[in-house]
Parts: sequence; C-alpha cells; structure tokens
Amino acid sequence: MNIQVQFKQAYPGFSLDVDLALPGRGVTALFGPSGCGKTTLLRCMAGLTRASQGQLVVHGETWQDDVTFMPIHQRPVGYVFQEANLFAHLSVRRNLQFGQSRVPAARHRVEFDRAIDLLGIGHLLERKPAGLSGGERQRVAIARALLTSPRLLLMDEPLAALDVARKNEFLPYLERLHAELDIPVMYVSHAPDEVARLADYIVVMNAGRAIAAGALTATLARLDLPIRLGEDAGVVLEAVVVERDEAWHLARVEFPGGSLWVRDGGHSIGQPVRIRILARDVSIALEKVMDTSILNCLPATVDQLADDSHPALSLLRLTMGPSALLARLTRRSAVGLGLMPGMPVWVQIKAVALIG
Amino acid sequence: MQTSPDIAAIVLTVKLAGLTTLLLLLIGTPMAWWLARSHSRLKHVVGAIVMLPLVLPPAVIGFYLLVLLGPEGPLGKFTQALGLGLLPFTFAGLVVASVIYSMPFVVQPLQQAFSAMGDAPMEAAATLRASPLDAFICVALPLARPGFITAAVLGFAHTVGEFGVVLMIGGNIPGKTQVLSMAIYNHVEAFEYESAHWLAGGMLCFSFLVLLLLYSRGWNRQP
Repeated sequence: MNIQVQFKQAYPGFSLDVDLALPGRGVTALFGPSGCGKTTLLRCMAGLTRASQGQLVVHGETWQDDVTFMPIHQRPVGYVFQEANLFAHLSVRRNLQFGQSRVPAARHRVEFDRAIDLLGIGHLLERKPAGLSGGERQRVAIARALLTSPRLLLMDEPLAALDVARKNEFLPYLERLHAELDIPVMYVSHAPDEVARLADYIVVMNAGRAIAAGALTATLARLDLPIRLGEDAGVVLEAVVVERDEAWHLARVEFPGGSLWVRDGGHSIGQPVRIRILARDVSIALEKVMDTSILNCLPATVDQLADDSHPALSLLRLTMGPSALLARLTRRSAVGLGLMPGMPVWVQIKAVALIG
Repeated sequence: MQTSPDIAAIVLTVKLAGLTTLLLLLIGTPMAWWLARSHSRLKHVVGAIVMLPLVLPPAVIGFYLLVLLGPEGPLGKFTQALGLGLLPFTFAGLVVASVIYSMPFVVQPLQQAFSAMGDAPMEAAATLRASPLDAFICVALPLARPGFITAAVLGFAHTVGEFGVVLMIGGNIPGKTQVLSMAIYNHVEAFEYESAHWLAGGMLCFSFLVLLLLYSRGWNRQP
C-alpha cells in the first residue's frame, strides 16, 4: 500500500470524505454511480481541486498535507480527462511533446516511439485534433499523459465519450498499458465491464464515501456489500488458458481451485485471462448431475448465505479452493436443499464470460 | 487633390490608432483574463467601468477627461508634478483618451475568447507540467487568437473613427492633434466636398478591405 489518500471537502448537498490506503501498482478502479464523488477524489489527487483538508502521500513523497500543497504542475501525475482535452491549436505530435518537453530528459522513462506504438497513433502525428475520431483523440491523450513519465496515472472515465464499438476497440490498448508499463493507475468508472476487465483493486464509492476497498476478486465475492457490477452480482476470476479443443471451439481455463470450459476466444495456451461469472448463472445440486447440457459442473463448499435484494431470493457464497463464487437461488430452494455453511455441493455454471 | 495637412491627418490617425491598439492589447489582455477567470465580486464593478464608454456619449467622456487632465484636475496636477506637462491638446492626451474610449472594444472580445475556452485547456496544461504563466502563454494565448484578431480590428477601427472625444481633448490642431475624422469635418464645414470625398472614400475602402481580408482568412474560425 504505497498511496495514502485522505480527503475531506464539503460542498452544498455533498461532501467527500475518504481515507484510503491504495496499492502502488496495478489498476485501481474508483467505481460508483454518477455523483458519488469519484471524479472529485481524482481531481483532489491531481491537485486540480484543492480539498479543504487532506493528505496525499505517494511512494513516500508527500504531495499534500496540512502544510504542503504541491501545485498541479509539479506533481508527477498523468491525467486523462473524460473528454480528451487535446490542445486544438497544436498537431498531435506537438500535443504529445507538450508534456514531454517540460520534464527533464533525465527523468524520461517512457520513450516517444514506445508510447505512440503502445497506443497505435503513429499515423496520426501530423494531424490536428479536430480531424481525429473520439477514440483516436483519447488514445493521443493517454500517450500525452504517459510521455510525462508519471509516477501515477489518473484516468477519469476515459471511455465515457465513446460508443460501444469504439470502447471495444479501445480496451485492448488499456490492457497493453497495464501489462507493459509499471505505472499505477487510478481508473474512475461507472461501467462494470471496464472495471471487471481492467481493475486489480477496487474502491466502491457512494455519496462521497468509500464503502468498500480491496482486491477486485475478493471484493466482488463479498456478500455483506451491495456491490453490483451492473445488473447483477458476480465474481471475476484470474485464470490461464490450459487447453484448447479445436473440434468444439472450446478452451479450458484454469483458476486457483478448478477449471472451466469456455468459448474459444482465440487465446493461446498459457495466456492469462479473466473470467466473469454472474450469480444468476450459477445453480446448485447436492449430487453430481450427469445428464445435463451444462458443461461446467464443479465441486464447491458452501461458505455463507445471505438475503438478496428480493425476499424470494438468497445469495450464496461458495468456495473452490482459494477462489470464491456467488450463486443466486430462491430461498425455497436454499431451504429445500438444506444448504448450510461447510456443506459440500456441486455448482453448475451456465455461462462464463471471458473478458480480456 | 490632397493637401499636406490631409496627409498629416492620415499619418497621425494611423499612428494614434496603431499605438492605442498596441497599448490596449497590453493592458486589455491581463484585464480580460482576470474578468473571464476571476470569481471576485469586484469583477462586476470593473467590468461595468470598462464597458462604460460603450454607452456614454463621447462628448461626456471627452469632457470629464478634459477636466481630469486639465490644469486644475487631479490627473493634470499629477502629470505636471511628474514634469510631463498637461496632456490635453497633445498627441499623448489623444492616446490616453483613445485607450479609454476604445477599451471595451478590445477587452470584450478577449474576455469572450478566454471565457469560451473554459477551464479545460488550462487544467490539461497544468497536468502536463506547465506552470500557470507557461500555460497562459503556450495554451491560452494561441487558443484565443481569433479573439485577439477581433479585438485588434475593433480597437483600431474605433480609434480611427472617434470624433467627439478627440474634439474635446485634442482640439483640432493640424499636424498635432488633427485626425482624419477632424479633417473630413473641416472640409465639409468649408464646403470642400471633393477633399471630403477623397478622405471619406479612402476610409470606406480601407475598412472594407480589412474586413474582407479577415473574413477570407477565417478570423472567427478555430486556429
């Protein structure tokens, strides 16, 4: 935990009050509904908004406390705005050089060619921002931020202004960034897919407060929190492709505690992937069911039972080795099966989404 | 054809308008920036004062300036104390009066350009390690270029066209404070319509050409 964040700031009708210790590497998602304060928190971290009271220590360096307030332009951050916010009067190349040229050469850690290659913008360098598509603009904005060799990359819903097709085209660039550069990222989003796909760590915000914070996989599998990434509860598991069945276009992915068959997404063997399993796609049987269309049947142990949003439903937490799974079933079924913590059961997983 | 006092009037007018525009861009830029970005309550007061020449009759401005800058006026005493003498009926007096008279025409377009820009470019520049001054010079000024062109054109044109203030503060001294509009007025008073035509027609052509050039180069488009 290398980033200490504590901010208090009251606005009419809203107050931000967070105190967090965040990991100094990987992608941390700040997730929550619109108006929950996630952008304000990000702006406070950049120094764009000055919180009345706050403390920010990044890798042992104090950026802000009761006596210190490091001005924005002295903070080694990269900031990617919702709208790309490129300088209209400069070409893409000059936009990229704007920040880079203001950082002493000795502190450059991201090469110009590396950044344009990572984000696939080499062919755009001589264009003006007005001639770019939304996705291209956002890629230039990210490269521009990277070229300041930031110690912390802050991204404020960089995909919000893009349509679905552009988003899908864009996400692989973010994943490459994640995989190839060792820069911690704070990623503000209210889109469950992005969070499930990109985040390692998640901070769930509501009404100016952080209501949960922790590793993504563990946090999503908690029962005591109303965390819904989208319409439904579900978990994300880190897995590796271990086998491909070319005849049936399936791939087997292994996660700590089991393995699953998924649709073959063209991944090579040994490649790390993420899978997302929604609670509504998981059902429970006391014995192994043989004649079923469901491909994935795994042994698991009941860990916890909790009420769900509707009185007819229960939410069940199951463990498979170190991994956890959520299942939704009617309370009648839960009582009928006599489900109790510690009980061994079989889970049938109807759908597994391979994300990234 | 034109007599030399007319040539002198043209030269004087161009000098006056050029100098006034230059001074106004220097004073008006920080002022417009402050008016566009500040949250201070004082800005409404300052904004209203800057805009006053838009609604005041030029004769009123000229009269007050004459009183203020005259031998018994506070500013007049000040300039005398500085050893500058009295400003009314001198070229320097004309410049001071023109700067005040044309100020809204320079400040207003600049203020609008800076407001329209919003906070976003300055914030982006700050996150890219630009200090506030650096960001102002490298981002805000170039982005406000259309505003600067409008401001310079309007400032120049209004100074060329002023009459009332000039008459009050400058008098009508050939070669010293007699500007183009004065020269035209004198010709008309003396029934020298041909000379008046030459000067007035020249101004018309000049104004039209400037505007044509600006429009054809897309002065109100983004750079």
